[in-house]
Amino acid sequence: MQMFRTRRAACPLPFRQQIVALAATGLLGACAAAPAPQVINDPNEADNREIHAFNRAIDSAILKPLTAGQTGEPGLVGQGIGNFASNLDLPGAVVNNLLQLRIGQAAENTLRFGVNTVLGIGGLFDPATALGVEGRDSDFGETLHVWGAPEGAYVELPLLGPSTDRDTFGMVVDYALNPLRFVIPKPERSVVTAAGIASTLGDRGRYSETVDSILYDSADSYAQARLLYLQNRRFELGQTSGDDDFEDPYEDPYAE
Amino acid sequence: MPNDPLFLSRRAFGAGLAAGAGFLALAQPVRALTVDQARALVDKAIAEVNATINSGKSESGMYGDFERIFSRYADVPVIARSALGVPAKSASKAQMTAFTKAYQGYISRKYGRRFREFIGGEIVVTDARPVKSYFEVASVARLKGESPFDLRWHVSDKSGKQLFFNIIIEGVNMLASERTEVGALLDKRRGDLDALIEDLKTA
Repeated sequence: MQMFRTRRAACPLPFRQQIVALAATGLLGACAAAPAPQVINDPNEADNREIHAFNRAIDSAILKPLTAGQTGEPGLVGQGIGNFASNLDLPGAVVNNLLQLRIGQAAENTLRFGVNTVLGIGGLFDPATALGVEGRDSDFGETLHVWGAPEGAYVELPLLGPSTDRDTFGMVVDYALNPLRFVIPKPERSVVTAAGIASTLGDRGRYSETVDSILYDSADSYAQARLLYLQNRRFELGQTSGDDDFEDPYEDPYAE
Repeated sequence: MPNDPLFLSRRAFGAGLAAGAGFLALAQPVRALTVDQARALVDKAIAEVNATINSGKSESGMYGDFERIFSRYADVPVIARSALGVPAKSASKAQMTAFTKAYQGYISRKYGRRFREFIGGEIVVTDARPVKSYFEVASVARLKGESPFDLRWHVSDKSGKQLFFNIIIEGVNMLASERTEVGALLDKRRGDLDALIEDLKTA
């Protein structure tokens, strides 16, 4: 086991095979966490741009008009739906916290889920945050990162938007692993799905200015969305510190 | 979960807006700028931004204020040059002067439009530390009804004055984002810098 722990070089398989192998053998912690990628790896840019154009068309035809009236802070109902949907994300996050061996985070998310489900009336309210139990979302893409899987290529998914090879694979696994799938019977499960969709629509309305500024006001919305997704995702995964993402604009200008 | 349809993690956009010089770490030259000074600079800039946001002025009235704050606390020439990227190397001095001026107004209006989201919120400096050849001042933005988000300011005195030259919001680097945008704007004008300068004056 020790020999696998050292470097990424100990995992020479291409990315897809590597995660399949990991998943198949349950070889947790086989590789050290992958080093922070600095560049944008987008070999399928032409295809991705077509999907981006499709997503943008869907947004301007359906999502934007549908959510036009919901700008600003959400009302009581919108807030309740948002709380309910994010509470239901917590069991999946706990599974991933455990797979990442982050026991403290697993405990905090479990406590948060318990408090909000019981005291927050099924998760409609969020008393946990008021109590200082803010929780932290996680997903299988992050778990793969912790296990040492590299980010892979950037992809823009139809309807789902920006992602990477690793995060896309993670999303599929999250769907399969979600404990709620085994606990909530089928007819009620559609309520969960509906809450997720309603919550997402609420966010589209609430953050309309931001979304619009990226999708419609920037000169190259594809490139802008890609940059924002990758930088923010790497930040969430703790792959950036001030040192790595530093660029020195002074090196060039004042050297002349 | 990172799968918000069609758009990104909302925290990435909290405010809508991130090749080291390692030799400095070795040489340890006298630092003209101290951690405390860097921190004080950002504190002052934030205080002025907060005062403008809560001044009750009209939005267009605030743009002028933001432009003054930006030109006082940020190293605008270096940000403009970095946003322009490689084409800055072949631009004439007159073009760079005109571009910097147009860009300063453009960026003040662009981000000024978004400052409405900060009304009733606050930004608090939490930490400052030297990193390589510059200082990083960390702050937390707490906006109404939002989870707090991480806002970092990169401050340098290489221009001769202490000024910030980059802002990083939840990992999203303003210089990189601006370079992507300005590059795309220039491509749309087939690389015609003079046309871009004219358009930025009113954009």
